[in-house]
Amino acid sequence: MTETPIDRAARATPPSVARRVRGLSDRAIAWIFVAPTIFLLLAVNIFPLIWTIRLSFTNFRANRPNREVEWVGLRNYERILTDSDIWLTMQATAHFLIWTIVLQVLIGFTLAYLINKKFKGNDLWTTIIVLPMMLSPAVVGNFWTFLYQPQIGLFNYIVEFFTGIPASSFEMIGSVNLAPWSIVIVDTWMWTPFVMLICLAGLRSIPDYIYEAAEIDRASKWRQFWTITVPMVLPFLMLAVLFRGIENFKMFDLVVQLTGGGPGSVTELTSINLKREAFEKWRTGYASAYAIILFVTVFGLASIYVKALNKVKER
Amino acid sequence: MSSYSITEPPARHKWIAGVLVVTYAIITLLPLVWIVATGFKTPADAISYPPKVLFEPSLEGYVNLFTTRTRIGDEALAALPPPETWYEEIVRDRGMVIAGPSRYGERFLNSVIIGFGSTFLSVFLGTLAAYAFSRFRVPLADDLLFFILSTRMMPPIAVAIPIFLMFRQLGLSDTHLGMILLYTAVNISLAVWLLKGFIDEIPREYEEAALIDGYTRFQAFYKVVLPQAATGIASTAIFCLIFAWNEYAFAVLLTSGTAQTAPPFIPTIIGVGGQDWPAVAAGATLFLLPVMIFTIFLRKHLLRGITFGAVRK
Repeated sequence: MTETPIDRAARATPPSVARRVRGLSDRAIAWIFVAPTIFLLLAVNIFPLIWTIRLSFTNFRANRPNREVEWVGLRNYERILTDSDIWLTMQATAHFLIWTIVLQVLIGFTLAYLINKKFKGNDLWTTIIVLPMMLSPAVVGNFWTFLYQPQIGLFNYIVEFFTGIPASSFEMIGSVNLAPWSIVIVDTWMWTPFVMLICLAGLRSIPDYIYEAAEIDRASKWRQFWTITVPMVLPFLMLAVLFRGIENFKMFDLVVQLTGGGPGSVTELTSINLKREAFEKWRTGYASAYAIILFVTVFGLASIYVKALNKVKER
Repeated sequence: MSSYSITEPPARHKWIAGVLVVTYAIITLLPLVWIVATGFKTPADAISYPPKVLFEPSLEGYVNLFTTRTRIGDEALAALPPPETWYEEIVRDRGMVIAGPSRYGERFLNSVIIGFGSTFLSVFLGTLAAYAFSRFRVPLADDLLFFILSTRMMPPIAVAIPIFLMFRQLGLSDTHLGMILLYTAVNISLAVWLLKGFIDEIPREYEEAALIDGYTRFQAFYKVVLPQAATGIASTAIFCLIFAWNEYAFAVLLTSGTAQTAPPFIPTIIGVGGQDWPAVAAGATLFLLPVMIFTIFLRKHLLRGITFGAVRK
């Protein structure tokens, strides 16, 4: 590059003058731009987390702020880990987690595969399928209790229409056997599009020439599917499972509106159980320990999972 | 055939795929169609068996949504002057009079104030931080995605315990400001991360050219980078808005009277003997419709937003 007179002039300017002419230094701007965000995150994310850890070692009750707070050491943690009710809650959560993920992966991948056949109007239909996922889970969950009404609900009516089982003979929400499935169905309805979108991105990332090469090698379509499509979509699919896993582990709004944890406590997922301890029984210290245990569990599982995901990506 | 391609599926496959996908889409749309339809039914039509697909539309649900009504005796009703408005007429037909407005309007307005307030704040702060993360060497930049994910791993109820105590101390419980700050904090990590992705895609050369032309960094930022990032900023804003709009757990725990948003309110709309389904459906329709429209606008950036920028198309 040839040196212009402007370059020479710029080089000759002393730094102090340059700063006055050019405004703040980059370093100052960087800090001014980042500081409010960092402050907000510290105040509303980090500080409360530290507070929760502190509370988890006490018997504090938020509804009686004037009572003297005792330091109880690890007693809260001990009580949680030996409480059989909490294990029932964990079982309900595991049932919900496993089935929603299995169904969403199967349906979501199938849909993505079909949409990727690029039929006419596939963009429009993709957008329509995505709609449920964007809506307020609490509002939609509440309306599903209407669809699940035994006598008048649309869901029961459709089941009757196709299977002949009388609509008034079963209660999705009221029965101990069906309630765990009622929440699985609604969650699958709502979140299958999420898995579908991510799979679709995976399918579209596979370059055509790989299939062309396979075709020249006379690999069957079946073989192409298992040796090209599936391995190349797998990292995407695993990412979708990670997101759905984290989201459903902390599921609250949808299920609390649908079943409220009932009947009995068959659909009482961990978040609903936690809410009961913290904001109905007001055992704040105990609930804080519970929260920390949940956080550590998700964090641990997610870290292991991310490691596995990275291995798959490297292949 | 010259246009023959191995990767182009045969017409028959396309047709089958299309039929299957459209069938799924129609099934998945049914509950949403049912919400909209129920909003226009009379209470009797809403709970009829078999469920009514064809019905005479009525605005009773919407009238019930926005009003509170009291039942009065037939004689008292007959003694009243004739109804002045169409909605009074609907209420009178049920043997009732309008007692006053319901709280739905207020709750909806709260959702608008808190939603837009927190969206504006998170996008404003987020754009500044994202620019710094994108263009300068800032410590912590690499840990950011990890940080976002880890804040999202905590169940909202767990975070709500200390927030509840903190807000009580600071007098922020059940205030608009408190909810705006809270939703901003929840949204900001997402906003920063998405915006960083969008700003990374703008070539640095534009700004460098502007700097050489004598712009300050700051001028280069808002005269060159901001206009280029406009679509990215808009879609990030819509994501933040949708989150704040839909949020339920914090709202139900931290608000009750003045700052309660619509999601905790809509399920509590009750009529005589249980939930007033047409009114609930009417409230839900009005509340869900803006998000449906936004989703259509967002189509192109949807994937990036829902995966926190992990997948970009």
